This record gives sequence, structure tokens and C-alpha cells, in this order.
Amino acid sequence: MTAKFKVNGVEVEAEAGSSLLDAVRQNGFEVPSLCHHEAVTPYGACRLCLVEVTRGGRKKITTSCNYEVQGGIEVLTDSEQIRRHRAMVLELLLAEAPRSVSLRSFAAAHGVRNSRFARPDAPALLDEREGCILCGLCVRACEEMGRDAISLLQRGVSKEVGPPPGGEADSCIGCGSCHAVCPTGHIAMRDTAKAREIWGRMFDFVLCEGCGRPVITTAHRDHAIERGGLPADYYLRCAECKKSGLAARFAKVGS
Amino acid sequence: MARIANPAGLGAHRQRLLAEREAGGKKTVAVCCGTGCNANGAEKVVAAFREELGKQGLADSYEIKPTGCHGFCERGTLVLLHPEKRLYQRVKPEAVAEIVEKTLQGGEALEQHFYDNPATGEKHEFEHDIPFYKHQERLILGQNGEIDPTDIDDYIAGGGYGALAKAFEMGPEKVLGEVKAANLRGRGGGGFPAGRKWETCRDVPSEKRYVICNADEGDPGAFMDRSILEGNPHVVIEGMIIGAYTIGSDEGYVYVRNEYPLAVRRLSIALEQARERGFLGEDILGSGFSFDIRVNRGGGAFVCGESTALMASIEGKVGEPRAKHIHTVVAGLHGRPTNLNNVETWANVPLIVERGADWYTSKGTKGSPGTKIFSLVGKVNNTGLVEAEMGMTLRQIIFDIGGGIPGGREFKAVQTGGPSGGCLPASKLDLAVDFDTLWEEGSMMGSGGMIVMDDRTCMVDVAKYFLGFLKFESCGKCTTCREGLRRLHELVQDITEGRGTEDTIGLIEELAETVDAASLCALGTTATNPIKSTLAHFRDEYLAHIRDRRCPGGVCKALIRYEITEACTGCLVCAKRCPEKCITGEKKQLHTIDQSRCIKCGICMDVCKFDSVRVV
Repeated sequence: MTAKFKVNGVEVEAEAGSSLLDAVRQNGFEVPSLCHHEAVTPYGACRLCLVEVTRGGRKKITTSCNYEVQGGIEVLTDSEQIRRHRAMVLELLLAEAPRSVSLRSFAAAHGVRNSRFARPDAPALLDEREGCILCGLCVRACEEMGRDAISLLQRGVSKEVGPPPGGEADSCIGCGSCHAVCPTGHIAMRDTAKAREIWGRMFDFVLCEGCGRPVITTAHRDHAIERGGLPADYYLRCAECKKSGLAARFAKVGS
Repeated sequence: MARIANPAGLGAHRQRLLAEREAGGKKTVAVCCGTGCNANGAEKVVAAFREELGKQGLADSYEIKPTGCHGFCERGTLVLLHPEKRLYQRVKPEAVAEIVEKTLQGGEALEQHFYDNPATGEKHEFEHDIPFYKHQERLILGQNGEIDPTDIDDYIAGGGYGALAKAFEMGPEKVLGEVKAANLRGRGGGGFPAGRKWETCRDVPSEKRYVICNADEGDPGAFMDRSILEGNPHVVIEGMIIGAYTIGSDEGYVYVRNEYPLAVRRLSIALEQARERGFLGEDILGSGFSFDIRVNRGGGAFVCGESTALMASIEGKVGEPRAKHIHTVVAGLHGRPTNLNNVETWANVPLIVERGADWYTSKGTKGSPGTKIFSLVGKVNNTGLVEAEMGMTLRQIIFDIGGGIPGGREFKAVQTGGPSGGCLPASKLDLAVDFDTLWEEGSMMGSGGMIVMDDRTCMVDVAKYFLGFLKFESCGKCTTCREGLRRLHELVQDITEGRGTEDTIGLIEELAETVDAASLCALGTTATNPIKSTLAHFRDEYLAHIRDRRCPGGVCKALIRYEITEACTGCLVCAKRCPEKCITGEKKQLHTIDQSRCIKCGICMDVCKFDSVRVV
């Protein structure tokens, strides 16, 4: 069902119950966020997508990613209050991951270049977490891939991302989704011509029958074929070679 | 243990228990075996009584009853002699033989065990005369001194499960009406009306509903919920059954922290006995209603007291709160309508059903009826658990019940509501304590923690303490809570260590506003209360740290030094006790402290009998 509501005074429409963040973006409004991805469940961790929502005469500040679109609400994405809180959140994030290039440029794009909380002399609280802002995207991506190889561990300032306590990322298939969604480039992944290293584990690649380049890790192939009900030969060739093969067949048919 | 099949059977069973007791003619000696008294050796006192009664041939005349917490922890081990309610305090196992011989056998009152009022020097023989008890209204806690928590029949003999039988007679609609009319408000902190919560939960269409008892008490210094579970688990169970019946739920959980082993043990025993007697399981008391309760032990994360985090934890997930745009009464545990109340809230339910909303609302204030249990701790003479009518003033609780500040020192502040609460200064002592008044003053009822502070407390240090607690207890999901609290703690630490400037205060206030406004759950949105309230009421103290590099409370080590004054008699005690051996001086001569080596532990000041050590 379509819901009509207002964003910054403009009447817009979106599917009722969908993510407010997705809805305002689809309608052309800019709202920053670091922990949101359309493909995974909203989580509300980074607090950047704050908006003011008025519903039934009551105004409140809320994250928009995990707020469901409802008819009749009025949303402000860029009020003075929201800008102030957002800038403060960015300062907190910059102090947390000062060396992340992507985060620095993201913050600068939103007008924040320095953090009053930065303590260059102080040792990092958790050296291994340096650069991670605990947005949880990697964990949710892994969970929704159906693997649960990594999790959020501990709590408070000791919170971190990693394999289960005392164990290894046993159920990791080396798909690299966690690496791909990480907004600060914190998750290390190293690919060679034949294998991929991630979470302290090595994964062999399936090499393309056509060009010999890596297609997918063998573990990822097995998982995808089983979960997606794909034919066993689905990953024998890389996407490029499949495409050119198909093009060649079309050319033959056409001639 | 035979099953009780219907309300008539319950009445008959109770009559039988009372008749047996009357025929036995035994008098009861109740020994407080709450956690505090146990730490003081209560179990040895119980053993000594049993042994001594045997030796002196009185085993048939007296029953020794280990009970839950009586509240007056400061004076444990407490021994309460029924029926006259004579209270012997600070009883040691060595004293038991004399008590049995002279008091139980000879009828003589032993004055050395009476309560002696440090303020007036008066001695009190009976529980109801002691100011600590006299000014309380112990509707819930009172039963703790009466019953053996490990014996369901003891609870039944006192009228237990009568409210449940009455509820079945009334039907769910009337019970709900009564709870709503009583305006029972959630004792876990929020103060949300329980009746409205029940009604919403009941009205959501669903095949399945849950009820939960939140026993994840985690505020530093709070121990009321554990004491109810340890001392009277059946009152909580009975409340939950009534709630489940009203809402239409067949499955309940008690989420209790594993650090409360005694509460877990007594609750488990009570649940087992309630099942055997037929108060849990199928067709309870012939009503056709079926319900059971499971115990879920928490790992001790403070945030798991938050309802959505608690439910995630029961589901086996990471204990993180989720956004409550859809309330848990609509979609809670396993996505089903779930009604969660705290231990003390559930414990009030049987009372309301039994005595009615009219009676209940005659207690307390209009907006907050009934009583509230407080953990009265800190710099107060009568440390313990206190149950007061809502609307009592802070002054009455701290001075009349609590007996004021030890050592004749000056009252400085009281922190109510735990880490999410605020600090109120002396000018607020005449505030009536209820949900709304405390909230308006920038503090909160919370679960009922009440930490009293004297003039030797540093309010900046207090704010630092609570921020330090919360930065580790935040679940760490929200940037504003996790990073915001960490930075607030750092900034306050700057002030306590002499690095603060007036800009530091500005930054603290700016950041606190964002943490409040932008955090997901109530842990984050209330976490700044201690710092905001101390800045509001004790700003001068912050400024003294910043402008004068001075800690008026004499607490912040970086800003104080200890000095020995002319009053020194040269007794050498401080020099002997100084761990750094940095106090020098001859016998009968003025001593001096080598400031370069002093670690500011304060032992010299504590041990000096002549008050000659001062903090500057």
C-alpha cells in the first residue's frame, strides 16, 4: 500500500512499512548513513540518518533507516537540530577511526573535518578495532548470506567484530560480502591469482574455464549452488566469459 | 506434595495448615537469611539456634525459620521473635546459647541485643518501635520476615495464592479493571501504568502471548528485586499467574541474573513446589487456565534489563536493544505480544487483587499509588531495604527511616534511580518521592536505588563513576551511546585530573545533548542524567576543579594533598600505617608528610584519632 507523507514540506509517496531512509532517498532527498544497505535489515547503529518525524502531533528525533513509512507523517531531514546532532556523531566517529580515509572524506563531505574528541597521544583503546566503527554491516551481511561466521562480541567500549569467542570463522566461505559492505575499509581481504585470504583463513578460487581468472571461492560456489538451487556447472566460467560466450552464440543464430 | 484442585481445596488446605500450627503450639524465631545477613554469618546463627534448642529441650516449642531479607542490613544478623516481634540485632552465633536460655526459656529481654539509636541513645526492643521500621509501610517486604521462602505451605498459610483464587472468580475483565483502577505503575523505572500495558497486550490478536518478569536488576547499590525473589518468590509467581490469566498467556519467563544464585535457587524451588501444588501447569485450580514459568539466567549485562535486549537475550541472540517503533506488547519475544513487568510490580499484583483498587489507591499519592522499595545505601546510618509510601519526602526517607548521616557529617546529595538517575542537593530534600516529581527534577525513580552522599563526596567524581560504569555497560550498538559515553567519561576525567577548562564543560553539555537526543534506548537517553544533574546543582564544584585546581570534596587525587595540622599529638600511628612510609616525625612531635612520595590513599586521615590530618 502506498503511503503519502511529507519530507521537508514536500508531499511524497512510498510503500507503507518500507524503510523511511530508503523512501526519502528514492524521492531525491539526501540523508547520510554508514550502517545502512538496502540489501540487509536496518540496524540503527551509526545514528547519522537521524530525522525529525512528526506523527499525530508529536515530534521526535529518530533514525530513519529503521523507521517504517506511514501515511501522514511529516519528516524533516535537515533541520538545525538534526544538522547539529549529525555533526556531533561525525566527530565521535572521526575520533573512533581517525585513520580511515573513506570516513574522513565522508565526514568532510558533510562539513566535519576535525574532531574535538581526538586524542592523538592516547593509545587506541583496542588496537585491533582501530578503524572499525561497529556499524554491524559485515555481521548482518554474513547473517543474511546464511553463514553467521562473524558476530558482534562483548559490549560497550569493548565491543568488537569477530568470529565466535575462542573460535575461528569456521562457517566463513570467503565470499567477501563483509569486506564489500564495510564503510571504513577495515576488513582486510587479500586476493591472489588462485586464492583469497580473509578472517585468517585461505580459500581456493574456482578458476574460469575460459580465461583462467578467479570466479568465486570454491566454498562460496558450494554454498550458492545449494542455497540458490543452481545447476552444478553454474560457476565454471566467469561472468565476462559467459557474456562473450552468449554473444558469440547470438551472433551464430543471427548469421 | 498433593495437588490442590480448586479454590475450595485451597481454602481447606490453608485451614488444615493453620489448625496444625495451632495444635503444634510452636513459636517462631525468624532469622534473616538475606544475602547481607548471610554474609554476616546468618546460616551459622540458624545452626546454633537449632543445636541449642535441642540441647535445652525446646525443639518442640520453637521453630527456627530462615527467612528472606528483613531490610535492616546495617544491623545483621537480625533475629525476629514472633509473635511479639521482638528484634534482636547484630546477633552472632556465640550469643545464641544465652538467647535460648534467657529469652526463650526464661522470658527475659536481653538489652544488649536491642537496637540502640545512635542519634538519641534510646534503645528499642520491638521491631515496630525502631524508627527504621516505624516510618515504613512494608506491604511487600513485611512478608519477608514471616515466611520461609523454601516452603510453599508457609506462603499458603499466610493467605498466599488466595488472590489467584479470587482472580479466577472475578474473571479477566474485572481483574484488569482493578489493576487499571489501582494505577499500578511499573516499578522497574519507567513508571508506565501496568494495567494499560496488560490491556494492549491482551488486545493484540495472536495465538500466543508471553509474560516476563524482569529480574535483571543491575543498578549499582540496588538489591530490592533480589531480596523479594530470595525472600518471597511465591508472591512474584502468583502475580505473574494472575497477569497471564488476565492477558491470556500460557508461557512466562523470569529473566534473572546469574550473579543472584540464591534468588535463582529459591525461585526454582518455589516454581517446582507451585507446579506440585497445581498453581502452575494444566487447569490451574480447576479454572481451565494453563500456564507455566521458565527461568532464564542472564549473563550480567546491565543493558539486558532493557526490555527489547532482554527478549533478544532470551531468544539466544546478542543482548542489544532494538528500536521500539513497534512496542513489545505488540511484537516482543519471538515476535509475539509480550507483557514484561519487573519483580516488584508483579509482587504488587496479588495485593491489589486481594484488597482492591480502592484500598491500594489509599496508599501513596494520586499519581503514584502504593509503596516503593528503596535500597538506601551510602553515607546513611541505617543502610538497608526500605519500603515507603509514595509521596514521602527524601528527608523523611533519609533522616527518619535512614537515621541521617553517620559521624554527624553534613548531607550533600542523594542519587536516585541508579546510573540513569540524577543527584539531588539538600535544597531538594523536601521533595515528595514519586515517579513524576523525581522526573521533573531531572532525576528518576529508576528501580529505587538511593545513594546518600555526605560533604566528603566529590560530585564530579560521582558523575565520573556512573559514566565509567555505563561506558562498559552500554551495549555498544549506537555511536552516540558507545562513543558518546566514552568521550564524556574522558572529559570528566580531564576535570578530575586538573586538565579541564571551561570549554570542557561546554563540550560536555553539547555532547550530552546529542547522546540524549540521538541514542536508541533508554540506557543512552538517560545516561547523561548524573552529569547533567551534577552540573545543574553543583556547578561550583566543577568550576573549583577547573579554575582553582581544587577538589572541594577532597576526593580527586590529582588535586588534593594531605597535611598534618598542629592538633597532631605525635602518636606515630599514621606513620606506622602509611603504606609508602612517607610520614616522618618523632614521638610527641608534629609529624609531616613527604608530598613527593604520598600516594593520597587517605589512610593517615582515617587512622588519626585526633582529627589532625586534613585534605587541602
